[in-house]
Amino acid sequence: MTLIFLILAAITIVGTAAAMSFRNPIHCILGLTVGLVGLAMLFLHLGAQFVGFTQIIVYVGAVAILAVFAIMMTQGGRRLTETATKPQITPSLLVGGTVAGAVFAVLGWAMLGRPSTAIHSVQPVVSVNQIGQLLMHNYVLPLEIMAVLLTAALIGAVILAMPQERGKR
Amino acid sequence: MTPDTVDQIFVISKHWLLGYVPAMLQPLASAVLSVVPVLLAFPLLFAITTVLERKGLGRIQNRYGPNRVGPAGFFQFAADGIKSLTKEDVVPRDADQVVHFLAPLLLVIAAFLAYAVLPIGRNMVVANLDAGLLYFFAVGSMVELAVFMAGWSSHSKYSLLGAMRAVAQMISYEVPLVLASIVVVMASGSLSTVAIVEAQAGYTATLPHWYVFTPWGFAGFILFMIAATAESNRSPFDLPEGESEIIAGYYIEYSGFKFALFFLGEYLGMFATSALAITLFLGGWAAPFSFMTWIPSYVWFFVKLLALIVFFIWIRGTLPRLRMDQLMGMAWKFMLPMTLLNLFTAAVWHFLPNPLLRWPVCTALVVVPFVVLSRSMKQGKTLQVRTYRYAE
Amino acid sequence: MNPLTGYLLLSALLFSIGLAGALLRRNAILVLIGIELMLNAANLNFIAFWRYGPNPSALTGVMFTIFSITVAAAEAAVGLGIILAVYRHTKTTDLNEMTSLKG
Repeated sequence: MTLIFLILAAITIVGTAAAMSFRNPIHCILGLTVGLVGLAMLFLHLGAQFVGFTQIIVYVGAVAILAVFAIMMTQGGRRLTETATKPQITPSLLVGGTVAGAVFAVLGWAMLGRPSTAIHSVQPVVSVNQIGQLLMHNYVLPLEIMAVLLTAALIGAVILAMPQERGKR
Repeated sequence: MTPDTVDQIFVISKHWLLGYVPAMLQPLASAVLSVVPVLLAFPLLFAITTVLERKGLGRIQNRYGPNRVGPAGFFQFAADGIKSLTKEDVVPRDADQVVHFLAPLLLVIAAFLAYAVLPIGRNMVVANLDAGLLYFFAVGSMVELAVFMAGWSSHSKYSLLGAMRAVAQMISYEVPLVLASIVVVMASGSLSTVAIVEAQAGYTATLPHWYVFTPWGFAGFILFMIAATAESNRSPFDLPEGESEIIAGYYIEYSGFKFALFFLGEYLGMFATSALAITLFLGGWAAPFSFMTWIPSYVWFFVKLLALIVFFIWIRGTLPRLRMDQLMGMAWKFMLPMTLLNLFTAAVWHFLPNPLLRWPVCTALVVVPFVVLSRSMKQGKTLQVRTYRYAE
Repeated sequence: MNPLTGYLLLSALLFSIGLAGALLRRNAILVLIGIELMLNAANLNFIAFWRYGPNPSALTGVMFTIFSITVAAAEAAVGLGIILAVYRHTKTTDLNEMTSLKG
């Protein structure tokens, strides 16, 4: 529990909470990027350099921009989507909040109730070279499956987003 | 003073200065002493470049360019700087105030962060990260978000159009940019920029072992430079700004100092990608001939950087702007297949040890697809001088 | 409390925030973002267990996270593509208004 951890955890929590509670969807996406950059910093803090930078590239560079594009293409000129009325306590809010709170309570109880075991406290050194070697030797099959999945996702996304009747436009 | 001392003078003076700092503050002082020179050198280069660009463009377009402030107009940047500092900072009433304020800051911070992994000279790099190249692209991806924030928060038609154009363009060209640099990673076996420069060290009969002097390296360099031009939103890919269509694109609603920040961020981004091209393909800070190694490494780095900047200015003065569909078609139909084939070429190069065989094979692997692709993109259209019916 | 517990608590909180968002938001895009957040909470768990686990040199946690990020990216691309396709039919991204299965 260092100071760095506390700061990064605060950034992550505030960012993601903002992402889930702002009314304007674009603000939500900006909050999400703050939260995910905080998470990437946590990965860096834990010594996983490769994963941290990949996280920033994928989430800030791709997913956030993609979501922003989707919002711009679906909402058009409308600025506020969800009801412009004052937030009020509805049954759905109560139920959803209770479920999420219950999940957190159960997980937290499971973690805190566990007797604290010895942990490995030496910072492991991991080089990109090692990750590459593993990807090309032990994890070749998952890597290939990932390649197929990404290709399928690329083609699928293009087909889904393609206008179906060209003559109609 | 030996050439070696001159070469390492900044490193030596940093260590000399560090000797006066108490041991507890050593890491902090070391970081500050590495970062501050970078923070000073590149804005200075920006100031010089703005003058160079305006003078150079003036020459190309058969006019004088700035020639009033200082000798031959060289201090124009100071006048411009003072002007933009003293101008009123106008924020549109309907704008999203917070995001509008944060966008230029994010852009400049991201641009500065990229310099952390660029080796400026021998032993002169702020942070030698194991995944340096990945870091560079991770930081570069934040620029897109900053551009979008600027365009969206202004709540103006033109800025939103400009931002969407800019983001679409940067996303599209980031793919060939990364793929073109992967070739170098394959050849050098490392993502660390310092290791990539070291992998290109050495000379054969006074000629260096830079990656640009291989078929795949040459193709990779050209593709990288095209993608870098598009990434930094420079002409002929300056549709996001497109003065004649959408006035100034995503920063139309910015004025005064914030506008200057956008200007600075854009140029810093251009310098950073140029510096990355130097690191990846042009041997970093290494001298081009073995008998010129006595010239300090950082001098070579900045000479190469200035050469690339002049190249950018020249391109800007020469080529007309593309259309949006041409721009996207170029990214996905030409750049992407070429970079993928280039990856294949680099692999062939690696597995053919015989130089008599691998030179012709790899050259053919680069040239033939290029000819075929460019023929197919022309689609039977014959290019000819445009005839004007009413003008002339 | 050891460092690992801190990371696990943070991850649980992140998961709950994502879950709450996925349950409460009515904008389909934000529901997708909530699901992404839950995936990220799992990633944080993997990295934390790799760091403080008994055998960090095996890099299992790092590998799993890399694959997980890839899957999340593919999921986001296809998910947003589907939302765009649905929007073209129903002219809305509000989940409460998407009530019919017919296009």
